Parts: sequence; C-alpha cells; structure tokens
Amino acid sequence: MAETASVRVTPTRILMRDAGLIALVVFGLSFGLVGFRIEDVSGGLALLTRFDGVFFATVLAFLGRVALTMLHERRALPVALVALPVALAVLLLQLFADALDPARSYPFRSEVVNWSLFAVALALGLRGVWLNWHHGGLLSNREARERNMDEVGAKVQQAARYLGPALLGLAIVLPFLPFADRRVLDIAILVVTYIMLGWGLNIVVGLAGLLDLGYVAFYAVGAYSYALLAQNFDLGFWTCLPLAGILAAFAGILLGFPVLRLRGDYLAIVTLGFGEIIRIILLNWYTFTGGPDGISGIPRPTFFGLELGKRASDGGETFHSFFNLTYAPIDRIIFMFYLILGLALLTNLFTLRIRKLPIGRAWEALREDETACRSLGMNPRNTKLTAFSIGAMFGGFGGSFFATRQGFISPESFTFIESAVILAIVVLGGMGSQIGVVFAAILLIGLPEFFRELQQYRMLAFGMAMVTIMVWRPSGLLAHREPTLRLHPDPDRTGAA
Amino acid sequence: MGYFLQQLINGLTLGMIYALIAIGYTMVYGIIGMINFAHGEIFMIGAFISIITFMVLGLLGVGWIPLALVIMLLVTMILTAVYGWALERVAYRPLRHAPRLAALITAIGMSIFLQNYVQLLQGARVKPLQPLISGGFRFLETGDFIVTLSYLQLFIIVLTVVLMFAFTFLITRTALGRAQRACQQDLGMAGLIGINVDRTISLTFVMGATLAAVAGLMFLLNYGVIDFYIGFLAGIKAFTAAVLGGIGSIPGAMLGGLLIGLIEAFWSAYFTVEYKDVAAFSILVLVLIFRPTGLLGKPDVEKV
Repeated sequence: MAETASVRVTPTRILMRDAGLIALVVFGLSFGLVGFRIEDVSGGLALLTRFDGVFFATVLAFLGRVALTMLHERRALPVALVALPVALAVLLLQLFADALDPARSYPFRSEVVNWSLFAVALALGLRGVWLNWHHGGLLSNREARERNMDEVGAKVQQAARYLGPALLGLAIVLPFLPFADRRVLDIAILVVTYIMLGWGLNIVVGLAGLLDLGYVAFYAVGAYSYALLAQNFDLGFWTCLPLAGILAAFAGILLGFPVLRLRGDYLAIVTLGFGEIIRIILLNWYTFTGGPDGISGIPRPTFFGLELGKRASDGGETFHSFFNLTYAPIDRIIFMFYLILGLALLTNLFTLRIRKLPIGRAWEALREDETACRSLGMNPRNTKLTAFSIGAMFGGFGGSFFATRQGFISPESFTFIESAVILAIVVLGGMGSQIGVVFAAILLIGLPEFFRELQQYRMLAFGMAMVTIMVWRPSGLLAHREPTLRLHPDPDRTGAA
Repeated sequence: MGYFLQQLINGLTLGMIYALIAIGYTMVYGIIGMINFAHGEIFMIGAFISIITFMVLGLLGVGWIPLALVIMLLVTMILTAVYGWALERVAYRPLRHAPRLAALITAIGMSIFLQNYVQLLQGARVKPLQPLISGGFRFLETGDFIVTLSYLQLFIIVLTVVLMFAFTFLITRTALGRAQRACQQDLGMAGLIGINVDRTISLTFVMGATLAAVAGLMFLLNYGVIDFYIGFLAGIKAFTAAVLGGIGSIPGAMLGGLLIGLIEAFWSAYFTVEYKDVAAFSILVLVLIFRPTGLLGKPDVEKV
C-alpha cells in the first residue's frame, strides 16, 4: 500500500476502545426501546423482550465503526474481504429463506432489517474494493464533495434545458402509454400535486429565503374555500379556483403582516404555530367546517361545462355524449392529471418569469443579505409579503385541486407532517432549483407509493433521508447558483446567462 | 375562589413539566443558536423509557412505590441522556458551521425519524398506566367544591424545584457551568482559552435530555397515558415557554414554563378546552411580535 504521510493509522488498542465506546452507546440507545416492547393484551399491558435485536445492533455498531475507520485509513482490502461475503451470505439467506422456514426470514426476523444489512455490507464492500484500486485518489473530504456535487448540480441545471421539455413531453403522453393504468395515473397525479406545491413553496423558501413550516395552512385554506363555496353557493370549480387562490393569498398577507419581520428560525416556528391553529380551528368549528367529519360530496370539475361522470346532472351534458365516445371511467382520471399538470406548469412558468422581474430580483437579494437591502432603501416587509402571499396563492390552487380530486376533505389531511414533506421536497432538491423539486418529489413521493408494503417504514426512511442529505450536503442535493448577471461576461462559459 | 385555587395548582404542576423541557431548548439555543426541534421527541422517549422501566420493575417484583420511582427516575435519566448525546453527535455536530436552515431541517428530520422509530418499536396505540401515587391533601371545603393538592402534584412540584436548584448550582458554581456560560458568550473565544467546546456542547445536550426525561416521567404519572405523538405538542409549548421567557435565559425558561402552564390551565377552565392549544400558539405569535426578546431576554444586536 502506498501510504501517504497524511494518513495516520490508529493503533489497534485505540481503535478497539473507540469502537467499544460506539457499541456501548448503541447498547444504551437500543436497550430500553428495542429490548422491550409493550404489547396491549386484554386487560392491560404485557412486556415482550427482544434482546437479540439489542445484541445484533451492538455488534453491528462495533464492526461498522471498525470498518469505517479502516476505510478512512485506506486499509480497505480486509474490509472488502469481510463485507462482500457478508453481503452475499445475507442475500442468499434472504433469497432462499423460504426453503429453510417459510414462517420467518433469515438471518433476522424483519425483512427490512435484512435488506438494510445487505445494503450496508454491500456499500462498505464496494467502497473497500474501490479504495483498494484507487488508493492514490482523493479521499472524500468535505470540500471535494461540495465541489463535485456543485458540478453535478451545474450540469443538471444546464441539462434542464433539454431535460425539462423531455420530462414535460413524457408527462403529456403518459396517460396514453400502455402501462398507464389507474394506479400509475393516481401516483402521477399525487407526484405532480407535490411538484406544484414544491414549486409554490419554492417561491417563499427558495427565492425569498423565508422558512415556512406552515405551508399546509394555505393548502387547507384553498381546499376548504373551494369545498365551502361549492357547497354553500353552488359555484363550480373554475369559478372557485381563483377565489380559493385569492383567499389563500389573503390568509398569507394576514399571517405575514405581523410576523415577517422576524428572523429565519423564529419565522419557521410561528408559521408552524399558525398551521396548527388553522388545523385546530377546522377541527373544532363544527357548524362551519364539519369538524372531524370533514366535508364530502365536493363537486368534480368540468371540461368547458362538460361533465366527466357517467350520467349528466340536471341540465348538464357529459363529455362522452358530447363527443360521441363510449364512457370510460379513466377519462376523469386523465382529465385530473392534465388539470394538475397545467396548474403545476403555470406555477413553474410564473416562477421562471418573475425571477427576472425587479420583484423577483428583490426577493433573491433579500435572501442573500437583508441588512444590505435595507440600507439600499428597500422595504423588506412588503417585499417579503408579496413572496409570502404569492406562495400562499399557489398553495391555495393546490388545495382546491386536492379537494376536487378527493371529493372529501377533513382536517386529517392538513397536519404538520404535510408541511414538512413539502418543505423537504424543496430543501432536498436544492433550494431555488426548479428541476431539483421535480427529482425530490419523484424520489420522496413516487418511490414510496410503489413500495406500499413498506408503508410503515416510509416516514422513518423519510426522516433519515432528510438528516442524511443535509449532513452530506447542507445546501441540498442539486443546489447550484449561477450568477444571474455578470459584470464581465466570461467568454469560456457560454452557458452562463 | 376554590375553583380558581384548584386551577392554580393544576396550572403550576403543568407549568413545572413545561419548564423542565423548556430549559433544554433555551440552553441549546444559547450555546449554538439553533432550535433543537427534536427536543420534544427526547421528552417522549423519556416517557416511554419510564413506562418500560416501571413494567420491568413490576416483573422483578419491586412493589414498593417510592423505591420504584427512584429507580425509574435514574434509569430514565441515564438512558434518555444517551439519546440526547447521540442526537447531537449524529445530526447537529456535522452541521455546526452550515447555514441555519440546514440545521433546522436536520432537526425536523430527526424529529420525524424518532417519532416513527418509537411508533415502529412500541406500536401506535396509547399506553395507559394505572395511577402510582394516589391520595392528597384536601382543604378549603366550601360547599360542594373541594380543593385538592394530590401527592402526585406535590411530588412533581417538589422534584422540579429540587432539580432547578441543583441545575442552577451546576450552571453558576461548577467548572462545567462556567465553560457553558463562556461558550454561550463566544464559541471561538472559549475554544481559544482552552475550553473543550465539543465536550461542553455534548454535555449541554445530555443535561437538556436528562431534564426532558424527568419531564417525560412526570407527564406519564400525571396523565397516565402516552403515545408516540406527545412530543410534538409538548415540544412546541415548551419552546413557546422558552421564547416567552426570553430564549437563551435559563430563569426565563423556568418562568415561561410556569406561565404557559398557568395560561393553559385557566384557559381550559374558563374558556374552552378545545382551543387550549390555540391559546399557546397565539401567545407564541404575540410574544414574538411585541417582545421578540421575551420577558427576561437580552436584546439581540445584529452585526453586519
């Protein structure tokens, strides 16, 4: 091995002590909550023990720590030699577990734990092999990683010019592709809804730099506005959509006016509180909102006055009879898909254009340095207020779409976790990056929907992904800022606008 | 009059619990200037570890309640402290010099993770516990209404006061407390004069988690039911308490906690129970608008 002077090898004794310490901590973490489980039985609680879980967690923590330290010190070969066979063994045990005992999976009782173990062992092994062959190369340190990812982000942004239209084309033809059945379309609608919400929130968080943890409040205002207007005044979707947007924007102004002078993280908590207040009011104002029962029978949207149901209501006409088609239930789903796609594109177009207007530039300037902006005579509160209310308006549009798609809404759908999911989509994609939002939404919403069996692990993995991505790259996965304007245009970089 | 006094007692008890959690928020904010959003989850884990400890003690045949309580308290404090330490080490230390938003996102992620971790391991249903301490003092018997100060409430109040004294002693009189106050003023300078900054921050999280663990135990005894979701609301209210008292100030957190407890008790008693959480959130908003530095906080000067 070509040891460079900078790499110091930890003596075995210290390595063991270090790994032992980690193992002790993991033992402490897992002893109480993993080791025992409280079960409800008839007439009280019972205690089950799972000490095998504690034991394996402790051992794995010890081995993992040793392996990581050795990888860092470029003693990669032994790690690869141990980790790869382990991965292989776990894989084989998993694949042929049914032959051993169909009732449980091996080596551990939980299949998810087995697959995670396989993934970790495989990753360590491959990393070991890679480092063994490239031991002259740079070890991953923070700056190198930041530089690499920034290049990736820049490339993706350049590619977005072609990637964007390509994705859009794919979205447009999606309903007519052979595999697009109802389930795929439902997931696509969900993903595009979150993309739209992500783009809406991106105006607030990405452009203006205001951390909003209560975005779901505006989503709820939009949804309830449409539902209540439709029920009480018999208005249609297309009349209510702008009204819902306006009402949500007003809610944004109402909230934003007093709190927008607060600094970043205070603002986050206040918006969170506001989101909860809205939800509690929706839950308890029974005569107005129906409380926990919610509102049902929300009318569906029409296609230029044509209904998409099987039978027309009084005085109405259906889509299929007008065009002399045979009725297919999927028509309505396809219509919904194009509806949300249109709304999402509207949001995107709006954002792309407003970034180039003075107000958009003011938002970005404010995000970078509020004190400087104030010294230049800008009114920070009004500038922030526009961003906040415009973001809220798009949240309101999204909300009324949600209401019309579900046909039923209740406060259950507007919990804090929704806000966190939307915020995570914006931040993980790289704040301010429009294409990043698309990737993050597909990753966070689309993928888990296809793995419904793992539903109970979904939020666990979600939380872990938020932490891991932030620790790995604090500015977001695809974050890359190209200066909007250069004083002396660099002739080498023709891509810069 | 009797009703008022009863609500005062209830509110004080509740406020003690909030105050213990609020100290964790305020200490962390004071030192590294971030909102430890997952602190409410640490409190929830404390409550779970104490109910598990109680059941293990039941299996081992420890039936004498005072002894069981002392063991529960110690075990919960130690095991929850490990969570506090690991939280800082895994999620916050790598981001100490990153933008504030990144740290807040990580904290939210950690909070979601811990909630689902407990839900997966312990199930989503509420866990009831029979009352461990029953009985109490009765006084002011006017007509039908009797004011009671239950032994449980007395236990909570006395334990909190003792802990606060111990904690104040730790902060004002020991080397660790001096190091903490130094770090609070200037992290870089504290490092230069030989204070182990990493260790001090770790110990701050450990101390915050320990106090939150005690609060979790008290919550369990006081309400008798817990689930994996209790950390969210309690965390927000305790944060409100910390902001109300002036974030970064430890006496402020204690005062703020008591005030929030009292407001919640009186609001539920004289207005509506349904909107008691709205009361807490509205106070948070009002305080931030009219007095962002809180009751006992120092004004925050923004440097360019």
